[in-house]
Amino acid sequence: MNGIIGKKIGLTRIFDQHGRNIPVTVIEAGPCYVTQIKTQEKDGYNAVQLGFEEVREKVLNKPKLGHLKKSSKALRILKEFRDFNSNELQPGSEITVDIFKPGDIVSVTGKSKGKGFQGGVKRHGFRGGPKTHGQSDRFRAPGSIGASSSPSRVWKGMRMAGHMGNKTVTIRNMKVVEVNPEKNLLLVKGSVPGARNGIISITKLKD
Amino acid sequence: MDKLHDSVAHQMRNDIPMFKAGDTLVVDVKVREGEKERIQQFKGICIARKGTGINETFTVRKISNGVGVERIFPVHSPNIAKIERVALGRVRRAKLYYLRNLKGRKATRIKEVR
Repeated sequence: MNGIIGKKIGLTRIFDQHGRNIPVTVIEAGPCYVTQIKTQEKDGYNAVQLGFEEVREKVLNKPKLGHLKKSSKALRILKEFRDFNSNELQPGSEITVDIFKPGDIVSVTGKSKGKGFQGGVKRHGFRGGPKTHGQSDRFRAPGSIGASSSPSRVWKGMRMAGHMGNKTVTIRNMKVVEVNPEKNLLLVKGSVPGARNGIISITKLKD
Repeated sequence: MDKLHDSVAHQMRNDIPMFKAGDTLVVDVKVREGEKERIQQFKGICIARKGTGINETFTVRKISNGVGVERIFPVHSPNIAKIERVALGRVRRAKLYYLRNLKGRKATRIKEVR
């Protein structure tokens, strides 16, 4: 399995060889640098830590800079990838979009857009109450949240109003449509989680 | 946003002639039937151009057997073999949606630029 860190640029369209329109998300992915290789003996698990987005040294704090000085340059984002093909990798190795090719199936992880405190209708797709037949103030109500004296409480995990979005979301089985190594761009079919300029990680599921 | 534009810039066509709403167009559309490919013509008035960059589309309206027919084409679609500008229209707005409410000759006649 391979992975890379990227930044969401936005959505657009592309035409395939049959002239069909394909909606694509443009991701500026890499170049990433290996900042640390974690091993079973030393850290308890195997993983490769990648860094993305070069910044001025002034931007980072000293502990992070100290960690990065060992291997590569000043990078803003660090992420770990487990089950990475780490045999040929050294701390400092560069990883680019070259690891992907059109037709690859990838999974994309990002932080979804925050929606704030939302009711059950938007958050869980509840239908709300009836709009007619003498109803008032029941339009977007969640309905019953449980039985009466037994169990005398609300079950854990009951779907109710609350904070929506701003959490890590993974979309599996996305298809790579185009790879542009010159501009470090990756085009995947469909939409990916998060807002524009959001940081996302892409891992290859199969070729 | 420029990165977004640049990422698909290689798909944009530069062989499309300039045209705008009010012009009468003949659009040669590639139609695939099984293995064979042929060209179908669609002639009508361009009533709107929408969107920017690769997302740009245009709407062509014609009256076929008394029924109004509209087709929306992406400007940069590879399925468009050719766009021919048959007549240049003189119109005073960018979107000619009012043609949909007109009947008879008025609905197909637009003053020409001379």
